[in-house]
Amino acid sequence: MIFEKVAEMLADYKGIDVSTIAPESTFADLELDSLDVADLVMQIEDALGVNIELDPSVTNMAALVKRIEEAKNA
Amino acid sequence: MRILGTGSALPGLTVDNERLMEFLDTSDEWIRTRTGICSRQIMTDETLLQLAVRASEAALESAGLSAADIDYVLGSTVLADTITPSLACALQGALGVAGAALDINGACAGFVYALDVADAYLSSGKAKKMLVVCAESMSRIADWTDRATCVLFGDGAGAVVVGAGEGFLCSHLTSEGNAAPLNMYPNPGNSPFATVRQPATSLYMDGPEIYKFAVQHSVDDLRLVIEKAGLSPDGIDHYLLHQANRRIVEAVRVRFKQPEEKFPTNIEVRGNTSSASIPILLDELNRAGRLRAGETIAMSAFGAGLTTAACVIRWTGA
Repeated sequence: MIFEKVAEMLADYKGIDVSTIAPESTFADLELDSLDVADLVMQIEDALGVNIELDPSVTNMAALVKRIEEAKNA
Repeated sequence: MRILGTGSALPGLTVDNERLMEFLDTSDEWIRTRTGICSRQIMTDETLLQLAVRASEAALESAGLSAADIDYVLGSTVLADTITPSLACALQGALGVAGAALDINGACAGFVYALDVADAYLSSGKAKKMLVVCAESMSRIADWTDRATCVLFGDGAGAVVVGAGEGFLCSHLTSEGNAAPLNMYPNPGNSPFATVRQPATSLYMDGPEIYKFAVQHSVDDLRLVIEKAGLSPDGIDHYLLHQANRRIVEAVRVRFKQPEEKFPTNIEVRGNTSSASIPILLDELNRAGRLRAGETIAMSAFGAGLTTAACVIRWTGA
Protein backbone atom coordinates (compact mmCIF):
# COMPACT_ATOMS: atom_id res chain seq x y z
CA MET A 1 0.00 0.00 0.00
CA ILE A 2 2.64 2.48 1.09
CA PHE A 3 4.98 1.44 -1.70
CA GLU A 4 2.26 2.00 -4.32
CA LYS A 5 1.43 5.42 -2.87
CA VAL A 6 5.08 6.51 -2.78
CA ALA A 7 5.73 5.15 -6.27
CA GLU A 8 2.75 7.09 -7.56
CA MET A 9 3.98 10.30 -5.91
CA LEU A 10 7.46 9.76 -7.28
CA ALA A 11 6.17 9.05 -10.80
CA ASP A 12 4.19 12.26 -10.64
CA TYR A 13 7.13 14.25 -9.25
CA LYS A 14 9.62 13.01 -11.84
CA GLY A 15 7.20 12.66 -14.74
CA ILE A 16 8.08 8.98 -15.22
CA ASP A 17 6.12 5.78 -15.73
CA VAL A 18 5.13 4.31 -12.34
CA SER A 19 5.76 0.77 -13.66
CA THR A 20 9.49 1.56 -13.87
CA ILE A 21 9.66 1.95 -10.09
CA ALA A 22 10.39 -1.22 -8.12
CA PRO A 23 11.16 -1.75 -4.42
CA GLU A 24 14.79 -2.41 -5.26
CA SER A 25 15.07 0.72 -7.44
CA THR A 26 17.79 2.91 -6.00
CA PHE A 27 17.52 6.68 -5.99
CA ALA A 28 20.49 6.73 -8.34
CA ASP A 29 18.60 4.42 -10.76
CA LEU A 30 15.67 6.83 -10.62
CA GLU A 31 17.97 9.84 -11.15
CA LEU A 32 17.02 11.40 -7.83
CA ASP A 33 19.64 13.55 -6.16
CA SER A 34 19.60 14.21 -2.42
CA LEU A 35 17.44 17.33 -2.83
CA ASP A 36 14.91 15.33 -4.90
CA VAL A 37 14.76 12.79 -2.06
CA ALA A 38 14.26 15.58 0.47
CA ASP A 39 11.44 17.02 -1.65
CA LEU A 40 9.80 13.63 -2.05
CA VAL A 41 10.07 12.92 1.68
CA MET A 42 8.37 16.25 2.43
CA GLN A 43 5.49 15.37 0.10
CA ILE A 44 5.16 11.96 1.76
CA GLU A 45 5.15 13.61 5.18
CA ASP A 46 2.38 15.99 4.10
CA ALA A 47 0.33 13.23 2.49
CA LEU A 48 0.70 10.57 5.21
CA GLY A 49 0.98 12.80 8.25
CA VAL A 50 4.29 11.35 9.42
CA ASN A 51 7.69 12.75 10.22
CA ILE A 52 10.62 11.02 8.55
CA GLU A 53 14.25 11.67 9.39
CA LEU A 54 16.47 12.00 6.33
CA ASP A 55 19.19 9.39 6.47
CA PRO A 56 21.98 8.90 3.91
CA SER A 57 21.75 5.12 4.48
CA VAL A 58 18.28 5.11 2.86
CA THR A 59 19.22 4.71 -0.78
CA ASN A 60 16.38 2.78 -2.38
CA MET A 61 12.59 2.59 -2.46
CA ALA A 62 12.33 -0.44 -0.15
CA ALA A 63 14.38 1.28 2.55
CA LEU A 64 12.31 4.45 2.21
CA VAL A 65 9.05 2.51 2.54
CA LYS A 66 10.42 0.72 5.63
CA ARG A 67 11.32 4.11 7.14
CA ILE A 68 7.79 5.39 6.45
CA GLU A 69 6.22 2.28 8.03
CA GLU A 70 8.38 2.76 11.12
CA ALA A 71 7.27 6.39 11.33
CA LYS A 72 3.59 5.45 10.99
CA ASN A 73 3.88 2.86 13.74
CA ALA A 74 5.84 5.11 16.08
CA MET B 1 8.77 51.27 9.36
CA ARG B 2 8.78 51.90 5.67
CA ILE B 3 11.50 51.54 3.08
CA LEU B 4 12.64 54.89 1.69
CA GLY B 5 15.44 53.75 -0.61
CA THR B 6 17.30 50.68 -1.82
CA GLY B 7 20.85 50.04 -2.97
CA SER B 8 23.21 47.19 -3.74
CA ALA B 9 26.79 46.58 -4.77
CA LEU B 10 28.62 43.60 -6.19
CA PRO B 11 32.31 42.87 -6.65
CA GLY B 12 33.66 43.11 -10.18
CA LEU B 13 34.77 39.54 -10.92
CA THR B 14 32.24 37.21 -12.54
CA VAL B 15 33.01 33.55 -11.86
CA ASP B 16 30.96 31.21 -14.04
CA ASN B 17 30.66 27.46 -13.53
CA GLU B 18 33.22 26.74 -16.24
CA ARG B 19 35.79 28.72 -14.29
CA LEU B 20 35.14 26.52 -11.22
CA MET B 21 35.67 23.41 -13.32
CA GLU B 22 39.29 24.49 -13.76
CA PHE B 23 40.09 23.49 -10.19
CA LEU B 24 37.07 21.58 -8.89
CA ASP B 25 35.70 18.19 -9.84
CA THR B 26 32.31 19.58 -10.79
CA SER B 27 30.29 20.44 -13.86
CA ASP B 28 28.15 23.27 -15.11
CA GLU B 29 25.29 20.79 -15.52
CA TRP B 30 25.53 19.54 -11.92
CA ILE B 31 25.62 23.07 -10.48
CA ARG B 32 22.79 24.35 -12.67
CA THR B 33 20.44 21.42 -12.10
CA ARG B 34 21.14 21.19 -8.41
CA THR B 35 21.09 24.90 -7.57
CA GLY B 36 20.14 27.02 -10.57
CA ILE B 37 23.44 28.93 -10.35
CA CYS B 38 25.30 29.82 -13.55
CA SER B 39 27.68 32.44 -12.21
CA ARG B 40 28.42 34.53 -9.16
CA GLN B 41 30.34 37.76 -8.33
CA ILE B 42 33.43 37.19 -6.20
CA MET B 43 35.66 39.63 -4.32
CA THR B 44 39.23 40.06 -5.50
CA ASP B 45 40.74 43.34 -4.32
CA GLU B 46 37.54 44.84 -2.87
CA THR B 47 36.95 45.02 0.84
CA LEU B 48 33.53 44.24 2.25
CA LEU B 49 33.40 47.78 3.59
CA GLN B 50 33.81 49.17 0.06
CA LEU B 51 30.84 47.10 -1.12
CA ALA B 52 28.81 48.17 1.90
CA VAL B 53 29.65 51.85 1.29
CA ARG B 54 28.60 51.63 -2.36
CA ALA B 55 25.33 49.90 -1.48
CA SER B 56 24.67 52.47 1.25
CA GLU B 57 25.37 55.46 -1.01
CA ALA B 58 23.04 53.99 -3.62
CA ALA B 59 20.32 53.49 -1.02
CA LEU B 60 20.73 57.04 0.32
CA GLU B 61 20.52 58.47 -3.17
CA SER B 62 17.45 56.33 -3.89
CA ALA B 63 15.86 57.74 -0.73
CA GLY B 64 16.80 61.32 -1.59
CA LEU B 65 18.74 61.55 1.67
CA SER B 66 22.33 61.94 2.78
CA ALA B 67 24.45 60.39 5.52
CA ALA B 68 23.66 63.41 7.69
CA ASP B 69 20.01 62.27 7.82
CA ILE B 70 20.85 58.85 9.31
CA ASP B 71 20.92 58.37 13.07
CA TYR B 72 21.48 54.62 13.26
CA VAL B 73 23.49 52.18 11.16
CA LEU B 74 22.44 48.55 11.46
CA GLY B 75 24.70 46.01 9.80
CA SER B 76 24.09 42.35 9.10
CA THR B 77 27.03 40.12 8.30
CA VAL B 78 28.51 36.77 9.21
CA LEU B 79 32.06 38.03 8.81
CA ALA B 80 33.15 41.58 8.05
CA ASP B 81 36.66 42.77 7.17
CA THR B 82 37.31 42.85 10.91
CA ILE B 83 35.86 40.75 13.74
CA THR B 84 35.86 44.03 15.59
CA PRO B 85 35.10 46.86 14.89
CA SER B 86 31.73 45.87 13.47
CA LEU B 87 30.75 46.38 9.84
CA ALA B 88 28.20 48.99 10.94
CA CYS B 89 30.85 50.88 12.87
CA ALA B 90 33.27 50.89 9.95
CA LEU B 91 30.42 51.99 7.69
CA GLN B 92 29.37 54.75 10.07
CA GLY B 93 32.93 56.07 9.97
CA ALA B 94 33.26 55.79 6.20
CA LEU B 95 29.94 57.53 5.51
CA GLY B 96 30.27 60.13 8.25
CA VAL B 97 27.02 59.19 9.99
CA ALA B 98 26.53 60.67 13.45
CA GLY B 99 24.77 58.01 15.45
CA ALA B 100 24.82 54.48 16.79
CA ALA B 101 26.17 51.51 14.89
CA LEU B 102 25.45 47.85 15.54
CA ASP B 103 25.88 44.55 13.73
CA ILE B 104 23.58 41.62 13.96
CA ASN B 105 24.43 38.09 12.92
CA GLY B 106 21.22 36.44 11.78
CA ALA B 107 23.09 34.46 9.15
CA CYS B 108 21.12 34.25 5.93
CA ALA B 109 17.98 35.45 7.74
CA GLY B 110 19.82 38.63 8.75
CA PHE B 111 17.97 41.08 6.50
CA VAL B 112 14.49 40.23 7.70
CA TYR B 113 15.72 40.10 11.30
CA ALA B 114 17.27 43.55 10.73
CA LEU B 115 14.03 44.95 9.29
CA ASP B 116 12.24 43.72 12.39
CA VAL B 117 14.81 45.39 14.65
CA ALA B 118 14.54 48.60 12.62
CA ASP B 119 10.75 48.51 12.91
CA ALA B 120 11.03 48.27 16.69
CA TYR B 121 13.50 51.15 16.92
CA LEU B 122 11.52 53.39 14.60
CA SER B 123 8.19 52.58 16.26
CA SER B 124 9.62 53.43 19.66
CA GLY B 125 11.07 56.68 18.37
CA LYS B 126 14.59 55.66 19.36
CA ALA B 127 15.71 56.23 15.78
CA LYS B 128 14.27 58.33 12.98
CA LYS B 129 16.15 57.24 9.88
CA MET B 130 18.11 54.02 9.82
CA LEU B 131 20.52 52.58 7.31
CA VAL B 132 20.25 48.79 7.18
CA VAL B 133 23.11 47.15 5.30
CA CYS B 134 23.70 43.47 4.66
CA ALA B 135 27.17 42.73 3.34
CA GLU B 136 28.60 39.27 2.98
CA SER B 137 31.97 37.96 1.85
CA MET B 138 30.96 34.32 1.47
CA SER B 139 34.03 33.64 -0.67
CA ARG B 140 36.17 34.26 2.42
CA ILE B 141 34.44 31.66 4.56
CA ALA B 142 33.77 28.92 2.02
CA ASP B 143 36.19 26.05 1.56
CA TRP B 144 37.28 26.33 -2.07
CA THR B 145 38.41 22.71 -2.11
CA ASP B 146 34.91 21.49 -1.17
CA ARG B 147 32.88 21.27 -4.39
CA ALA B 148 29.68 20.68 -2.39
CA THR B 149 29.71 24.15 -0.86
CA CYS B 150 31.98 26.68 -2.53
CA VAL B 151 29.99 26.58 -5.79
CA LEU B 152 26.90 27.83 -3.95
CA PHE B 153 28.05 31.23 -2.77
CA GLY B 154 28.61 34.74 -4.04
CA ASP B 155 29.64 38.06 -2.50
CA GLY B 156 27.68 41.27 -2.33
CA ALA B 157 25.97 43.97 -0.33
CA GLY B 158 22.38 45.15 -0.18
CA ALA B 159 21.09 48.18 1.71
CA VAL B 160 17.85 49.95 2.55
CA VAL B 161 17.17 53.29 4.18
CA VAL B 162 14.15 53.07 6.45
CA GLY B 163 12.04 55.59 8.33
CA ALA B 164 8.88 55.61 10.40
CA GLY B 165 5.74 54.48 8.62
CA GLU B 166 3.11 51.79 8.33
CA GLY B 167 4.84 49.65 5.74
CA PHE B 168 5.96 46.79 8.00
CA LEU B 169 2.76 44.80 8.38
CA CYS B 170 4.01 41.86 10.46
CA SER B 171 6.84 39.45 11.02
CA HIS B 172 7.59 36.02 12.40
CA LEU B 173 11.08 35.14 13.58
CA THR B 174 12.28 31.80 14.89
CA SER B 175 15.44 30.15 16.03
CA GLU B 176 16.27 26.49 16.59
CA GLY B 177 19.62 26.36 18.31
CA ASN B 178 21.31 23.66 16.28
CA ALA B 179 24.83 24.10 15.00
CA ALA B 180 25.17 20.61 13.55
CA PRO B 181 23.81 21.09 10.01
CA LEU B 182 25.34 24.52 9.32
CA ASN B 183 28.33 25.95 11.11
CA MET B 184 31.74 27.53 11.05
CA TYR B 185 34.33 27.79 13.84
CA PRO B 186 36.78 30.66 14.38
CA ASN B 187 40.47 30.76 15.21
CA PRO B 188 40.66 29.27 18.75
CA GLY B 189 43.47 31.57 19.85
CA ASN B 190 46.54 30.58 21.80
CA SER B 191 45.55 30.93 25.43
CA PRO B 192 47.92 28.81 27.51
CA PHE B 193 44.99 28.08 29.84
CA ALA B 194 42.57 26.65 27.33
CA THR B 195 42.16 22.90 27.78
CA VAL B 196 39.89 22.53 24.76
CA ARG B 197 40.53 24.08 21.37
CA GLN B 198 37.97 23.73 18.59
CA PRO B 199 40.01 24.09 15.40
CA ALA B 200 39.02 26.79 12.91
CA THR B 201 36.83 25.55 10.06
CA SER B 202 35.32 26.80 6.84
CA LEU B 203 31.58 26.92 6.39
CA TYR B 204 30.00 23.46 6.67
CA MET B 205 26.49 22.67 5.48
CA ASP B 206 24.35 19.52 5.35
CA GLY B 207 22.60 20.31 2.07
CA PRO B 208 19.59 17.97 2.09
CA GLU B 209 18.77 18.66 5.74
CA ILE B 210 18.94 22.42 5.23
CA TYR B 211 16.88 22.11 2.04
CA LYS B 212 14.09 20.29 3.88
CA PHE B 213 14.26 22.73 6.79
CA ALA B 214 14.18 25.71 4.45
CA VAL B 215 11.22 24.57 2.34
CA GLN B 216 9.09 23.44 5.26
CA HIS B 217 9.77 26.49 7.37
CA SER B 218 9.44 28.92 4.51
CA VAL B 219 6.01 27.55 3.62
CA ASP B 220 4.82 27.57 7.25
CA ASP B 221 6.29 31.00 8.04
CA LEU B 222 4.87 32.61 4.91
CA ARG B 223 1.40 31.18 5.55
CA LEU B 224 1.57 32.52 9.08
CA VAL B 225 2.66 36.07 8.24
CA ILE B 226 0.31 36.34 5.27
CA GLU B 227 -2.61 35.37 7.49
CA LYS B 228 -1.35 37.65 10.28
CA ALA B 229 -1.35 40.50 7.76
CA GLY B 230 -4.99 39.73 6.94
CA LEU B 231 -4.12 38.73 3.40
CA SER B 232 -4.17 35.62 1.25
CA PRO B 233 -1.33 34.01 -0.76
CA ASP B 234 -3.04 35.09 -3.98
CA GLY B 235 -3.19 38.63 -2.64
CA ILE B 236 0.58 38.95 -2.18
CA ASP B 237 2.17 40.75 -5.12
CA HIS B 238 5.78 39.66 -4.67
CA TYR B 239 7.45 36.83 -2.78
CA LEU B 240 11.10 37.53 -2.07
CA LEU B 241 12.81 34.43 -0.73
CA HIS B 242 16.38 34.14 0.40
CA GLN B 243 18.31 33.09 -2.68
CA ALA B 244 19.91 29.94 -1.31
CA ASN B 245 18.93 27.53 -4.03
CA ARG B 246 16.57 27.97 -6.96
CA ARG B 247 14.93 24.64 -6.12
CA ILE B 248 13.93 25.92 -2.68
CA VAL B 249 12.23 28.94 -4.25
CA GLU B 250 10.51 26.70 -6.78
CA ALA B 251 9.41 24.18 -4.13
CA VAL B 252 7.82 26.98 -2.08
CA ARG B 253 6.22 28.56 -5.14
CA VAL B 254 4.65 25.27 -6.20
CA ARG B 255 3.23 24.73 -2.72
CA PHE B 256 1.66 28.20 -2.82
CA LYS B 257 0.38 27.63 -6.36
CA GLN B 258 1.65 31.01 -7.51
CA PRO B 259 3.02 32.07 -10.92
CA GLU B 260 6.76 32.43 -11.47
CA GLU B 261 6.61 36.23 -11.85
CA LYS B 262 5.67 36.50 -8.18
CA PHE B 263 8.79 34.60 -7.11
CA PRO B 264 11.68 36.52 -8.71
CA THR B 265 15.16 35.07 -8.50
CA ASN B 266 18.66 36.30 -9.18
CA ILE B 267 20.56 33.35 -7.75
CA GLU B 268 21.39 32.36 -11.33
CA VAL B 269 23.94 35.16 -11.51
CA ARG B 270 24.50 35.98 -7.84
CA GLY B 271 24.80 32.66 -6.05
CA ASN B 272 23.87 32.60 -2.37
CA THR B 273 24.93 35.95 -0.88
CA SER B 274 23.57 35.10 2.58
CA SER B 275 21.79 38.02 4.27
CA ALA B 276 22.55 40.28 1.29
CA SER B 277 20.45 38.18 -1.07
CA ILE B 278 17.01 39.64 -0.36
CA PRO B 279 18.07 43.33 -0.27
CA ILE B 280 20.06 42.88 -3.50
CA LEU B 281 17.00 41.31 -5.15
CA LEU B 282 14.77 44.05 -3.73
CA ASP B 283 17.05 46.74 -5.14
CA GLU B 284 17.16 45.07 -8.56
CA LEU B 285 13.36 44.88 -8.67
CA ASN B 286 13.05 48.48 -7.51
CA ARG B 287 15.45 49.81 -10.12
CA ALA B 288 13.75 47.75 -12.81
CA GLY B 289 10.49 49.51 -11.93
CA ARG B 290 8.78 46.29 -10.93
CA LEU B 291 7.49 47.53 -7.57
CA ARG B 292 4.43 49.77 -7.36
CA ALA B 293 3.33 51.78 -4.35
CA GLY B 294 0.71 49.89 -2.39
CA GLU B 295 1.92 46.45 -3.43
CA THR B 296 2.63 43.82 -0.80
CA ILE B 297 5.90 41.94 -0.53
CA ALA B 298 6.25 38.74 1.51
CA MET B 299 9.81 37.88 2.46
CA SER B 300 11.15 34.62 3.83
CA ALA B 301 14.68 33.73 4.84
CA PHE B 302 16.39 30.87 6.66
CA GLY B 303 19.95 30.32 7.76
CA ALA B 304 22.50 29.03 10.20
CA GLY B 305 21.27 28.97 13.74
CA LEU B 306 19.02 27.63 12.56
CA THR B 307 17.20 30.91 12.06
CA THR B 308 14.12 31.71 10.05
CA ALA B 309 12.45 35.04 9.47
CA ALA B 310 9.42 36.04 7.44
CA CYS B 311 7.57 39.31 7.07
CA VAL B 312 5.04 41.12 4.95
CA ILE B 313 5.73 44.70 3.96
CA ARG B 314 3.74 47.18 1.94
CA TRP B 315 5.81 48.96 -0.63
CA THR B 316 5.29 52.68 -0.22
CA GLY B 317 7.49 53.69 -3.14
CA ALA B 318 11.25 54.39 -3.11
